[in-house]
Amino acid sequence: MKFSIVVFPGSNCDHDAYHAAKHVLGHDAEFIWHKETSLKGADVVVLPGGFSHGDYLRTGAIARFSPVMTAVADFARQGGPTLGICNGFQILCEAGLLPGAMLRNRDLKFHCEHVCIRVEQADTPFTALAKRGQVLRIPIAHGEGNFYADAETIAELESERRVIFRYCDVRGEITDASNPNGALNGIAGICNPGRNVVGLMPHPERACEPSLGSADGLVLFESVVSVLAAHGGAR
Amino acid sequence: MPIDPEVLERHGLSSEEYDRIVGSLKREPTMTELGIFSVMWSEHCSYKSSRVHLRKLPTEGPRVLQGPGENAGAVDIGDGLAAVFKIESHNHPSFIEPYQGAATGVGGIIRDIFTMGARPIALLNSLRFGEMDGPDGARTRRTVEGVVAGIAGYGNSIGIPTVGGEIAFDDRYAANPLVNVFCLGIARADALVKGSASGIGNPVYYVGSKTGRDGIHGATMASAEFDEKSAEKRPAVQVGDPFMEKLLLEACLELMQTDALIGVQDMGAAGLTCSTCEMGSRGGAGIEIDVMHVPQRETGMTPYEIMLSESQERMLLAVKRGREAEVERIFEKWDLHAAHIGDVTNDGLMRVKDHGQVVAEIPNSALVDAAPVYTRPTARPAYLDEVRKFEPASLPPVAPQTALFALLGSPTIASKRWVYRQYDHMVRTNTIVLAGMGAGVVRVKGTSRAIAMSVDGNGRYCYLDPRRGAMLAVAEAARNVACAGATPIGATNCLNFGNPERPEIMWQLVEAIEGIADACRALDVPITGGNVSLYNETNGEAIYPTPILGVVGVIEDASKVMSRTFKSAGDEILLCGQGFGELGGSEFLKVLHGTAKGQPPQLDLAKERALITLLTRAVSGGLLRSAHDCSDGGVAVTLAECAFDSGGIGFDVDMPAHVGQAPNSIRLTATLFGESASRVVVSAQPQSVNAVLKLAAQLGVPVHRIGRTGGSRLAVRVEGHDAIDCTVAEAERMWSTAIERHFAGRAA
Repeated sequence: MKFSIVVFPGSNCDHDAYHAAKHVLGHDAEFIWHKETSLKGADVVVLPGGFSHGDYLRTGAIARFSPVMTAVADFARQGGPTLGICNGFQILCEAGLLPGAMLRNRDLKFHCEHVCIRVEQADTPFTALAKRGQVLRIPIAHGEGNFYADAETIAELESERRVIFRYCDVRGEITDASNPNGALNGIAGICNPGRNVVGLMPHPERACEPSLGSADGLVLFESVVSVLAAHGGAR
Repeated sequence: MPIDPEVLERHGLSSEEYDRIVGSLKREPTMTELGIFSVMWSEHCSYKSSRVHLRKLPTEGPRVLQGPGENAGAVDIGDGLAAVFKIESHNHPSFIEPYQGAATGVGGIIRDIFTMGARPIALLNSLRFGEMDGPDGARTRRTVEGVVAGIAGYGNSIGIPTVGGEIAFDDRYAANPLVNVFCLGIARADALVKGSASGIGNPVYYVGSKTGRDGIHGATMASAEFDEKSAEKRPAVQVGDPFMEKLLLEACLELMQTDALIGVQDMGAAGLTCSTCEMGSRGGAGIEIDVMHVPQRETGMTPYEIMLSESQERMLLAVKRGREAEVERIFEKWDLHAAHIGDVTNDGLMRVKDHGQVVAEIPNSALVDAAPVYTRPTARPAYLDEVRKFEPASLPPVAPQTALFALLGSPTIASKRWVYRQYDHMVRTNTIVLAGMGAGVVRVKGTSRAIAMSVDGNGRYCYLDPRRGAMLAVAEAARNVACAGATPIGATNCLNFGNPERPEIMWQLVEAIEGIADACRALDVPITGGNVSLYNETNGEAIYPTPILGVVGVIEDASKVMSRTFKSAGDEILLCGQGFGELGGSEFLKVLHGTAKGQPPQLDLAKERALITLLTRAVSGGLLRSAHDCSDGGVAVTLAECAFDSGGIGFDVDMPAHVGQAPNSIRLTATLFGESASRVVVSAQPQSVNAVLKLAAQLGVPVHRIGRTGGSRLAVRVEGHDAIDCTVAEAERMWSTAIERHFAGRAA
């Protein structure tokens, strides 16, 4: 199974996603430079976190024009499992592969800390092994993670069960105090209508080994591996 | 423009120094040459006041791969790898413009590390501010917010985790905040890159941001005192671009995988001037450049301005002739333009041309080696006799629990979560002790090892006794690293002092350097580099003398790493080391009695070394569950901090009173809040305790079994007398919210 990890100028969690896929899970992983036009036989595409192009414009606003994004869009359209983490999520939103946008955190400060998120839906390739309602302890590290969309879009996301992760407290309750950035409806992650493209602000790749404080993020990667294996592995 | 006394003054040069310039050139300098001399001979670049004393520091050892003199130092960590690290100050720019001053400080230290061929993997910082509720509270809060946001803005964006550090608040820093930043990287031990240029005809490249008029004379600014007009110096502070530096970092590391590179240096203080003459000097060569090839951000810049600009994120490289296309291709991949601005020569000169016409021609040796070196006069400050008069028995009594809560709520001791939460401290997935839980610890992927690092210093101790205070800083940093289970193997220092032209300040500096030298020798941690920041004065009032020590250690088995907090109920609590009830210079005196008096704690370096050995052996033997150093606030605060962030694990202890005579009225206080050195609180499972005691006995470290973890209360007795009894929750609330309360405007 091969994870292709797209590297934009300013990506800085690319090595972390690579380490999780290759050394923790033991799968093939390859960096794909943003100027390339092929995903080189990817089974899973990961858009990692970081500050693509410095985030000097809107987060992800320049990265979406990278040559590789045409290949990513094609891959996604064909149903390929695609995961956007943090800045990767923001790029997917800018590219129109996911709806909505991220505003600055409501306290205007960057937050790096472990938070709890609740798995809302298990019918995506990245949550297939999780249980609905399961609470995961995963770090966030962002200054602009405050998910926003117009009321119509939010209603659509909710009615189509496309909110995949929500910030919660340790017991799984959705409270304002457990929402670290002010995201609407406590949204931490969503998927596209085809459910194969998932974006989330928390960093599951940082939570794959107990020595780092949590291994709860593993379930996202193990899920996609098991889903692909059930479909006969490489596409 | 004629070179008259006024011109010299603006360049921070004395008339004696000007005569020296004329002597070394054997002619009058041009204006451009004068500018070049002025920055290279500034205190910041030449270390002219400190150099004779810095030679006293121990810089060699079996693990040292690179000592002072290069962009950063390096020590061998095994597996063929080197830890490359250094600490640097950005005090003056951070006072003028907190966000950019701090951000560019981070950018500068990162460049020093990756120019050595190392991948930077961790940042730390040591900060000093005025009191947030003092007379300058509003300004201080803005400075704190700006500095923290600047460090976060740069480090988070470039993707290097800020894994730890320390902060203290005291009004002696109100007009001179200190921002010291430390970076550590990992390189192959046999592939360290030097900042030198050699080989006649090899091309010299300029890569990175374009040159603008920002930061001209930054190094000279950092070598002068401040007054009310300092805000006018704002244009001398540069603006950071972490995205550009991320590209430079990746491109340089990619280039270093080839053998096309000869040497590289960043353009930090004194910009193109410093990098050009230092690279030529180190390589025993000369460099000739033409400023017309230097990429420029604005039009009409003179050679003087181009040579003295301190625009950020710029690098100078010497590469092998014939490999130009390969080098340019790597930079183009990262959307960077490498400009060929000159060549290596064999004449030992720094020759600067402007459209082919020579505008400066100076022997490198005149700039680098012939810089003035001063043995400035020293005088023991008169204030010492006054402040050392201290009668603890005269203090009005304070209930221990009241004192504990006051200390837990003081920003210097309180949780720094408000700060470190703004730093990405987890990126690169190596951080195995999370920020706020002890020393900074990162694992080294591909090995079983981890690196622990700590930056420490106590300006109040150094004010009362700079020699002992500096020794205590070395000891505390080494002890913190040992608490994580690491063996200390190297150190770096940042010496923050006032105006060295004042004999009292110079005395403090010399005493501190000699103290550092003694402690580093005794603890076997050679100094591999560092930085000196002088003239930290505003309107004639200096900061506390504040040497900051960064100590790096290696943990052979990363899975054994130890943190501050108690792990479960039912463990035994041991106090390692001996308390002497020393309240001199303590946080207790400052917070409860508003005074900085007495003498800092005594330090027996042999005992400190034994304690460090005990900790590293006990951790590697798997005997401990937590370890936390006793420092600010004494053993009472240390015990409380072991319970905080543990999920509410309380404790019940009964400890012996301190050793030595003391009036009964303050015996309890001195035992609980005295800051005697070389002490650590550890916890261990009951079945491990005998092994710890046996090891301690072998090493001659006194260990007291003082109680057990468990319950939800902090219960402390001294020889059976009740001293403290409160819930973990109420104490932790005071400690964890103190800094936020200041920003919410609800400070007590």
